[in-house]
Amino acid sequence: MGRIAELLRALGTRVINHWVWRLGFATRFLLLTLKHSGPSFRRFYLTVREIYFAGVLSLIIILVSGLFVGMVLGLQGYDTLARYGSSEALGVLVSLSLVRELGPVVAALLFASRAGSAITAEIGLMKATEQLDAMEMMAVDPIARVIAPRFWGGVLSMPLLAALFSAMGVFGGYLVGVRLIGVDEGSFWSQMQAAVDFREDIVNGVIKSFVFGVAITWIAVFEGYDAPPTAEGVSRATTRTVVISSLAVLALDFVLTAMMFRGL
Amino acid sequence: MARIERAARVAVRKSSGLKFALSSFPDKVTIPNLVEVEGVTFGYDRRRPILRDIDMVVPRGRVVAIMGLSGCGKTTLLRLIGGALRPDRGEVRVEGRSVKGLSAEGLYAMRRKMGMLFQFGALFTDLSAFDNVAFQVREHTALRGALLRDLVLMKLDAVGLRGAAHLMPSQLSGGMARRVALARTIALDPMLIMYDEPFAGLDPLSLGVVGKLIRSLNDALGATSIVVTHDVQEALAIVDTVYYMSLGKVEFHGTPEQVRASGHPSLHQFAHGEPDGPVPFHYPAPDYAQDLLGGA
Repeated sequence: MGRIAELLRALGTRVINHWVWRLGFATRFLLLTLKHSGPSFRRFYLTVREIYFAGVLSLIIILVSGLFVGMVLGLQGYDTLARYGSSEALGVLVSLSLVRELGPVVAALLFASRAGSAITAEIGLMKATEQLDAMEMMAVDPIARVIAPRFWGGVLSMPLLAALFSAMGVFGGYLVGVRLIGVDEGSFWSQMQAAVDFREDIVNGVIKSFVFGVAITWIAVFEGYDAPPTAEGVSRATTRTVVISSLAVLALDFVLTAMMFRGL
Repeated sequence: MARIERAARVAVRKSSGLKFALSSFPDKVTIPNLVEVEGVTFGYDRRRPILRDIDMVVPRGRVVAIMGLSGCGKTTLLRLIGGALRPDRGEVRVEGRSVKGLSAEGLYAMRRKMGMLFQFGALFTDLSAFDNVAFQVREHTALRGALLRDLVLMKLDAVGLRGAAHLMPSQLSGGMARRVALARTIALDPMLIMYDEPFAGLDPLSLGVVGKLIRSLNDALGATSIVVTHDVQEALAIVDTVYYMSLGKVEFHGTPEQVRASGHPSLHQFAHGEPDGPVPFHYPAPDYAQDLLGGA
């Protein structure tokens, strides 16, 4: 009994001292970032630069992945729909799957591993090489000058990347379904147009990707800023960014889907 | 050239940031010591203080060296003067103002009048040498275009690297990077320049150049400098006063001549690089024979 109590006490101490404390610190860090976001918009070129690094440089992986995911959806979707004689509904299946779910989620997972890890590594290395300290000593706030532009660059990039992912996916589904298998082109597009609702499907997908963008970039900038200033510390922080943001995206997706599409 | 520099100085002073900085500190004539450290005790872990009851003054216009073995608290002392850390006990005053009592805004106002050269330069790796030097000018002043360009090139010329303005930090040697960082440090003509191990890892040529620059820039700018180093010969050649620290305490202070002539055992060991003495060669351990035979 004594041993169990001891184990529980150790577990509680670890949860409170490590996870709860860290979550509190990360929340304060997010609030501080939001408070010091003025320069990111007043000097918008700082944010544009980060949109380039987080968004434009992620385009290749997003577009290619979107194309292949759409192609696979086309193949699998046709196979299933054909069993029920509804292969003309392929366009609906591909577009709704992408716009509601796969576009935001898969793009977010790719964004976390491509841009999130890069943001963490860059900020962590800036800390390790005393660049953030140097900025502080020059009376320049690193939160306003380094963190906030990266945060907003990621947040603004994410919905755009998810939209491009979905667009490429639909194109991939079209290539396989219409061009390769021979589904009627008119049915493919017209059913898609009739079934996809702008408010219910597109806007909800954009909201999802925006929320994912906030979560991933928040985790990435925090992990970088909080990383121990050593090679090992930066490496661990980068790994943590990918793992935690991927789990956060999947958990948030469940919550958002339940709220948006099931009305919970 | 002099006309451009005058115009640059006027423009810098007119910019809002520095105007605030200048107005929020007393006139420099009234206080002879730019930095005063009084009874400062500090530790990252309060049970094990790194600095203990430190007293130190840095007179205006002087170059002062803080010397001592690695880990004796020299860099921590610089961070306390710069307001990056707050003392557990005692007070650090810059221009007569307690650093401890400054608000975040006041601290930034004070730092606009300071420059700090970090151990390995801490250049921003995504900016060229030119943009590194221009960084602070762009952040704190309204200088743009040709005036900014001329000011930055003058600073780079002062450290002999005007021709390297376009190079990225990865293309610079260690000595060159340190000199670019020095140009960045003096970009806004600070009243106080702090150097954290400026000679670390430099070849003899770069070491001599950096040492000469520290002295000449201090005199040319009418600044005050604090050099944290354990490079004895190079420091003694350029500084006015030396503070020698050991185990978190100031053990000795005086002129370079007094340091050379000093019979202080710990300072003598440090200055002459003797491996054993008041600071033992061996880390505290159990008896050697007992340790070897005990495992048998």
